[in-house]
Amino acid sequence: MVPLSYYLTLSAVLFVIGVVGVLIRKNIIIILLSIELMLNAANINFVAFSHYLQDITGQVFVFFVMTVAAAEVAVGLAIIIALYRNRSTINVEDISLMKW
Amino acid sequence: MAQLLFFYFGGVIVGTATLVVTLRNPIYSAISLLVTFFHVAGLFVLLNAEFIAAVQVLVYAGAILVLYLFVVMLLNLRREERYHRQSLVGALLGVVLLSELALIVSRSTFQSAIGPFTPAALHAVGNTEAVGRALFTTYLLPFEVASLILLVAMIGAIVLAKRVVQT
Repeated sequence: MVPLSYYLTLSAVLFVIGVVGVLIRKNIIIILLSIELMLNAANINFVAFSHYLQDITGQVFVFFVMTVAAAEVAVGLAIIIALYRNRSTINVEDISLMKW
Repeated sequence: MAQLLFFYFGGVIVGTATLVVTLRNPIYSAISLLVTFFHVAGLFVLLNAEFIAAVQVLVYAGAILVLYLFVVMLLNLRREERYHRQSLVGALLGVVLLSELALIVSRSTFQSAIGPFTPAALHAVGNTEAVGRALFTTYLLPFEVASLILLVAMIGAIVLAKRVVQT
């Protein structure tokens, strides 16, 4: 039997890898992939708590998280395509029009 | 046995997630994310969540990753340097966040099992049926809102990505 804290630790590590990916990469596609990593870390937490508290609600919420992730990817990639068409770059350092 | 499988899945998840963040070519990053998703699905099976594991493979590995690969190949990027100039600060923040999370996980105590869905009860009903019952009774309104979100995302993606016709 694996303790709950193992799953929480794994999910924390995965989440931090996602955060670091968002912060250090220039390529906006990799930044979106890192957001997927963070969402997966949250899903692992949901399912682990659902198993250990013996409540099915966590799995229902993972379903909703996946729905939102799919919507986010569709809109995000459309924005990237529009951005590349207008600016011909996906480097976040070059996209600084609204930066203070 | 369960512990061994957990360490296998966990190790591969952490390794491939690190590859996603560090690899130079976006296509290789997407492929390692695919491996990560499959191993997260394995973790879900380990936690008696078969329906979620199947949805993970279908939606994440099947739909989302294909969309990513499609866009990466559509844009046909040339190679460029990987890291932002704030990367040192970012990595430092990651270390701080990880130590905070480790502190929280190590200091907290968790409530013991309270719900009616013991593994035996789940096995009797079936995981998919249990999730379906919760989804279509208690969470019916959020379920409908989720379908609305998908519709909005679909329309938004079409509007954003279509080429403006010159008239």
